[in-house]
This record gives sequence, structure tokens and C-alpha cells, in this order.
Amino acid sequence: MATRTDEGVLSVKGAPRASGHTRRRGAERTPRRQTRQQAVATPWLFLSPYLLLFGSFVIVPAVFGVWISLHAWDYTLPLKPFVGLNNYIDLFQPGSTVFATFWGSMRATGIFTILSVPLLLVVPLAVALLMTKKFPGRDFLRAIYFAPYVLGVAVVAVLWRYLLDNNIGLVNHYLGVLGLPDDTAWTTSTPAAWIALVGVTVWWTLGFNAVIYLAGLQDIPVELYEAARVDGAGPVMQFIHVTLPGLKPILSFITIITLLASANMFGQSYLMTQGGPGRETRTAIYQIADTGLRNFQMGSAAAMSYVLTVFLMAISVFVFWIFREKKPQKEAQS
Amino acid sequence: MKQKKSLGRQSVAASALGTALVLVLAGCTGGGTDQPAGEAFTGTYTGPEVELSYWNGFTGGDGPFMETMVAEFNAEHENITVVSNTMQWTDFYQRLPAAVTAGEGPDVGVMHLDQLATNAARNVIVPIDDLADELGLTADDFTEEVWAASVYEDARYGIPLDVHSLAMYYNTEHFAAAGITEAPTDASSFADALDKLKAAGYETPFWMPTRWPSHLMNLSLLWQNDGEPYGDDGASFDSAAGIEALEWQRSIVDDGYSPEAVAIDSQYVAFKNGETSITWDGIWQINDLAASGLPHAVAPIPTIGDTDAVWANSHNFFLPRQSGADQNKVNASKVFIAWMSEQSAEWAGSGMIPARQSVRDAGAVDGLPQEAIAATIDTMRFLPSIPGIGGVQAETLEIAVADGTQGTTPPADALRDAADRATQLMEDNKAAFGG
Repeated sequence: MATRTDEGVLSVKGAPRASGHTRRRGAERTPRRQTRQQAVATPWLFLSPYLLLFGSFVIVPAVFGVWISLHAWDYTLPLKPFVGLNNYIDLFQPGSTVFATFWGSMRATGIFTILSVPLLLVVPLAVALLMTKKFPGRDFLRAIYFAPYVLGVAVVAVLWRYLLDNNIGLVNHYLGVLGLPDDTAWTTSTPAAWIALVGVTVWWTLGFNAVIYLAGLQDIPVELYEAARVDGAGPVMQFIHVTLPGLKPILSFITIITLLASANMFGQSYLMTQGGPGRETRTAIYQIADTGLRNFQMGSAAAMSYVLTVFLMAISVFVFWIFREKKPQKEAQS
Repeated sequence: MKQKKSLGRQSVAASALGTALVLVLAGCTGGGTDQPAGEAFTGTYTGPEVELSYWNGFTGGDGPFMETMVAEFNAEHENITVVSNTMQWTDFYQRLPAAVTAGEGPDVGVMHLDQLATNAARNVIVPIDDLADELGLTADDFTEEVWAASVYEDARYGIPLDVHSLAMYYNTEHFAAAGITEAPTDASSFADALDKLKAAGYETPFWMPTRWPSHLMNLSLLWQNDGEPYGDDGASFDSAAGIEALEWQRSIVDDGYSPEAVAIDSQYVAFKNGETSITWDGIWQINDLAASGLPHAVAPIPTIGDTDAVWANSHNFFLPRQSGADQNKVNASKVFIAWMSEQSAEWAGSGMIPARQSVRDAGAVDGLPQEAIAATIDTMRFLPSIPGIGGVQAETLEIAVADGTQGTTPPADALRDAADRATQLMEDNKAAFGG
């Protein structure tokens, strides 16, 4: 997946993609390959800088986290009693102090993911399709659509928190000017808060997905469109039979990262709604951060993280399963 | 999308790394409990030159005053250089335990009164009874509440620098237009003022926040109704006093004095913009409002209930636990605390009220906006020193007050559920802190 994106990004910048391919193929076919036989350690040596980082920042914490989740772990206290699976049992036991808040936050994450992922798959595709057309000012528009993405979550959230304020915000003011209802509590009531959070997230991040789509679109050979036109396909048929199949590998990548990113939503609700009204927009990551970093209940927070991880892994497997039959095709193509 | 994701990843990775580091370092340093805060304090520091790292959270209008005082201290003390590190309070309370556990803590710092017990129980800060003795500081020079609240398990952990309470700010132009001559002081005069303001065309004169500082208003009103938020057997903010307090807050919205569902900070922004006439906020906003040029005045919050009472907090100097404490630094830190405590008159410029009676009596707040508030210092109420109380309150009371003022849940139900949960959490805390 990653290499494919890299190629896509390269091709956006107009790098000679084709030559890259030939060079690589040439290297495989040339007899000189024999002379480049490497020592066993060589690939490991090249990988070691990354493995070191990956090991110390992903593997070690991930394994250590399991250990933490089996304790009542408050790192500021000398005693960190072993509690076995109690942290997990509490999460699944109605009536425990964490049950309602944790599953409430999982529900919030679910709502946000279900609302945001379809939009983040469709809207950027539409934008990308538009941006592949040749028209004056195209590059400028591309930059405009991508612009919000360069902002940090704090900037985006604080900006929109004030714009969307139900009493003093510009959004309600202009809705009122247009004669529309101007008393929607965008950040303090549901479902309006969900619309606000999803809307802001789409506005903020659609540029990134659009760029990947754009790269994918430029990877589809023009000949296929020509052939389709010769066969009498109109724009819609071309989109269904050429564009979509051509985008499928990219699509699975975008679906996965969008799903994971949405499921990891934190900053927007932390800054825009403070998880409110009540706890309704408090997402799982929010709850985990609050439990572990503010209340120092690392054990419970770690257990929550692993439950969330299991959910995300299951969803990822499901997405891969949906896109499964495309894999052999992809290999055949390249 | 990716940014959001990577942001999540980064912070997770960063905290994981931080935790891992802390844990590794904790292995080396975690053993030393109950370390005394150095040798007996002698009042002066004559040792070699030292540099003190001083942590605080004065990021608002109070920051420049603290900087000035630190600069003056440095100028007066040749062999001590204090380097302050200012961060947001929320970050402060997350970082301090981590840093101290890792042996990377500051030499001296300031924290809120209601955090002292938590950090004492976590063994992040050390007792400083000897410093209080040496400074000659006794309960006589402080109000009883603030002096008692910095004691946890019979040991003193903080030297109060100031007290700061909730106050009532009002727009003097609006008041003049509505024909109100004096700041309201009780329930009837407050209701009367709201009606007059409404009659004068100020549609929503008193915006009721749903978040900060709504729970501080709730606590103030609860105390005014002779209730206590926390007792020996857990949370009691769902008592009749608390319910009455939240019902009054909600009634402000129901009676049309406030718009529905006021979002975070917008009551304050609205006040600054002249859209609302009255707001209750901390006295730490005094300088910010003065700088805004808004015609306004400050008064104590009116007594809606039976007893004069107002929520307050206090900034306290503390000494963190140090691994392999450098005795020179500990002594220099004590000199610093002593000096700051004595110079707290200057700190009044930040809008705060010096904690020491002697400093106030010497005229520290005379002519300052908070003078009227300082006069009510005996009515100020502080959270009890229970470890973990801050976290419990953020998880329970704050959310119940938000739900109650927003009208999504009846006040009594919201408070009862929250209090049950708070009691559970407090029991968990007791077990965790070995209390």
C-alpha cells in the first residue's frame, strides 16, 4: 500500500513514473544481478534504523501496555498492585465506574466514524474528479482545497468553535441573515454537535484524501478511457467501468486510513465541545486520555486502548476482506 | 485525515514514550518516600551560586507580574538565579507528577490549593512545616480556611501566596441605562437588577455558562445554602443545598435572562462585547477586562442563599520531591518562597488577593479593583483537601452542572447520578492512595 501511495505522490509532482518502473524491471532482468548478491545481514542493517524506532516506539510500548493493563497502575504511586483482568472485567461489567463512560465514548466514536467516513470517501473523490479537469485557476483551487489540511487541530477547532458558537458565532448570524433558523446550538447540543464535528473534520481533512485520489486518477492510463469512449461509453459509464476499478487499490487504502483516523478522533471534540453536551461527544481516545493522563489510571486506560484496538483491527480486517478479490488483479496488473 | 491520525499517533507514541521513560526512571528513583524538605531553614542562603527551576501556570494576565517579581528576586540575590517555566495549568498538573517521578522535576513551584492533597498523596511534593515555622507564618496571618486547606495528613504542603475567588463583573453603562445605582447583593436585588436590565432593552443580561465556571457558581451557591460538596462518606453535592443551587442556575435560563446552551467561554466573550450585562468569573480576569476598555465594575457575587459564601482557590508555593536533593537548591528555594511571600503585595497587581493578612493590612489591595472582593475574604470557601478531588469533580460535578444548566437533565437527577459516581470514585481513590 505504502509504495503505491509513494508512486502516486511522485506522479502528482510529475516525476517520471514510467522510467522508475523500467529501471526497476531492468535491474531484475539484468544478469548483473548475480554480482549484487548481498550478505545476510545487509537488509537488516538497512532496516535497522526504522526497526529501532518501530521497536522502541511501537512494539515495546504495545507489549508493555498489556502489562500495565493488568495492574492498577498509577505511575506516581509506589504500589502498582497486580489486578489480573480486573481492568478488562470492569469495562464489560455494567455498574462499574468505567462501564458507562467507556461505552458511551465508544458509542460516540462509532457515531462519528459512521457519519464521517462515507463523506470523507465521497466528497474528496468528487473534488479530485473536478481537479483533474483542465480549467483556468485549477492549481489555485487545488491549493485552496488542500489549505485547511496544513492547519493544526488546535487552530481548526478554536476557529470553528467561535464560528459555530450558538450565541455569538458567525455561522448562526449568517443563517439568520438568510432567514434560516439561527438558534442551532452547534457545539452544545446533539445532533447538531455531530454535524459540526463531522463538517469541520471533512472541511479540514478532505484535501488529504483528495490528493491521494488525484494521484490515483492520474495513474489510470488514458488509453483505457479512449478505449471506453470507442466502445461508446458516456461519462457515467466511464466513471463506473474505468475510474472506479482503477481506483480500487487506492480506495482500500483510503478507507482504512480514514476509518482509523476517524476512530482516533480526539482534538475536535476536546477543543470544540469539551465532550459535551454532557459526555455525548466524548470519544474513546478522549476518554482514554482523560483516564490515563489526567486521572493517572494507566491500567484502566491501557485496557480501554486494547479494547479499542481489537475493534479497529476487526474493522480493518473487514475492510480488507471487502477489497480482497482485487488483490490478485492488482498483482496481475503490475 | 492523516494529520489527525498522525497527531493521535504522535501523542499516543509520545505519551507511551513518556510513560516508558518515567517507568524506567521511576525504577531508579521511586523508592525515596517521605523525604524531608532539607535541613532546617535558616532564612538566608550563603552557599555557592545556584540556578532554580521554578514551575508555574501563570499564563494569563498574571504572568507579567510574576515575571517582574522573579526578575526583582534575581536582582536582589546574587547567588540565586530563578528560571521560571510557565505552562498552562492543565499541562502543569499532568507534567509535574511525570517530571518529579522521573527525577526531572523543578526545584520550586506554585500550584492550586485543591491540588496539594492529590500531589502530596502521590508523593510529588514534600512537607514544608519547617519553612512555615521559620518564616513565622501561622494561622493568624491567614484566613483559617486557606491555612487549614494546605495541610494534608497533619503536614503542611503549601505556603499560600494569594487567594482568588469568583466575583461578579457588571457593565456599568448597562447598569446606568437601567437605572441601577448599586451592585446587587442578595437574591431579590439581583432579580430586580436583571428585570431592570431587561426592561432597559438588554434582552439577556446574565448568560449562564454550561461549562467553566458554571460548577464554581454552583459550589458558591451550594455553600450559600449551607451545604457541603464533599463529606466524610463521599460526595454530598446532591444535597438539597446543591439541588437548589443548580435549579437557581437553570431558572436564569428558564426565566429568559440567559440564552439556552451557552457554549464554552462565550458568556465571557459576550460580556466583553457588551452583549450581556453581568457575568460571574474569577478575579484573575480583572486585568484582561481592564485592558479591554469595557466600562465595568467588580463586586462580590450576591448572596442568593442564606449565608455569605463564595468559591475560592489559592496559589501555593510547594517544594517537589527531589531525588538526591541538592541541599543548596532546597535552601535557595526556601529563600525564594520566603521572599515571594513577603513581597506578595506586588502580586496584588495581577488581580489576586494576597493571602497574608499583614500584607493586606499594609494596603496591598487599596484602590485596586479587587479591593471590594478582598473585604469578603472571610466568606471564601475552599475545596477540602482530599486527594484526587480535582479529577473526581471534573468527571462528575462539572458534567452534572452542564447537564442541569442546559436543561437536558433535571438538576436533582443530574446531581444524584454524579454524586453516586463521585462517591464511587472517591472510594477508589481512597484505596489507591492508601487513605
